[in-house]
Amino acid sequence: MLKNWWKFLGVLLLAYTVYAGFMSEVPRMAILNETIRNLYFHVPMWFTMFTLFAISLYHSFKFLATNNIQYDSKAKEAINTGIVFGILGIITGSLWAKYTWGTWWTGDVKLNGSAITMLMYAAYIILRNSMDDEYKTGRIAAVYNIFAFVFMIVFIGVLPRMTDSLHPGNGGNPAFGNYDLDNNMKLVFYPAVVGWIIIGLWIYQIKNKIAFIKTHQQNEISN
Amino acid sequence: MKYLTSLFFLLIVSIASAQSEPEMADAMRANGKIYVVLGVALIAMVGLITYLAILDKKVSKIKQSLEEK
Repeated sequence: MLKNWWKFLGVLLLAYTVYAGFMSEVPRMAILNETIRNLYFHVPMWFTMFTLFAISLYHSFKFLATNNIQYDSKAKEAINTGIVFGILGIITGSLWAKYTWGTWWTGDVKLNGSAITMLMYAAYIILRNSMDDEYKTGRIAAVYNIFAFVFMIVFIGVLPRMTDSLHPGNGGNPAFGNYDLDNNMKLVFYPAVVGWIIIGLWIYQIKNKIAFIKTHQQNEISN
Repeated sequence: MKYLTSLFFLLIVSIASAQSEPEMADAMRANGKIYVVLGVALIAMVGLITYLAILDKKVSKIKQSLEEK
């Protein structure tokens, strides 16, 4: 029980987020109206995806350094989990866009950047499945993963800030950051981010356990 | 006179009934019923988290049994 304390913390933070997300005071803004509360539910998806991809990158480096196949498996599972959160981020963002920007999808740089990011990581999975030798797969996938991570930062972190984007904080639009994020909202937003990241890590841990069982099974068959 | 008193009585009754509304569980209907939405969202969240916890337990058991072999 004690070693699972972080899971309880995550559930607690998430429950608080759902409660405060609906009930707390938010700034009254035109067009956004109450949808400003989506900040608590849409943005944490991307933070969680980013965290999982960063964890994957770490394990890819570890694999390249040690050639231990376990690190490769962990890198793969982190990406699998991260993609789920990325897809949720795109779907929630699309619904939000429909009622504030008036359309499900626009040619906005950040939207296209996130779509390309998802495709890049989907290609990672396809790349892995296209090869047989597991060590070779691991090395190629690890190198690809490093490139993918760098491009993800360019596509969703750098480019939207250099051109016009509808997203807050990009292209001269006011950000939810430093000055604009209302102090009341910070009290909900940060716990939301931490809570969702913990839930993401929890799912990631379960996926690792399943991967362990699978390799164990395969070893038994081959022995 | 008789009509007047009965009319007066009716008036009083109608005012009284308009003023004292029966006691209801209004908490769930306050603020445009937002508490109901909150309840639904919390139930869905708790349900999914419980499911995740059960899955975690099941998978951990299988993993442990494999490690002991």
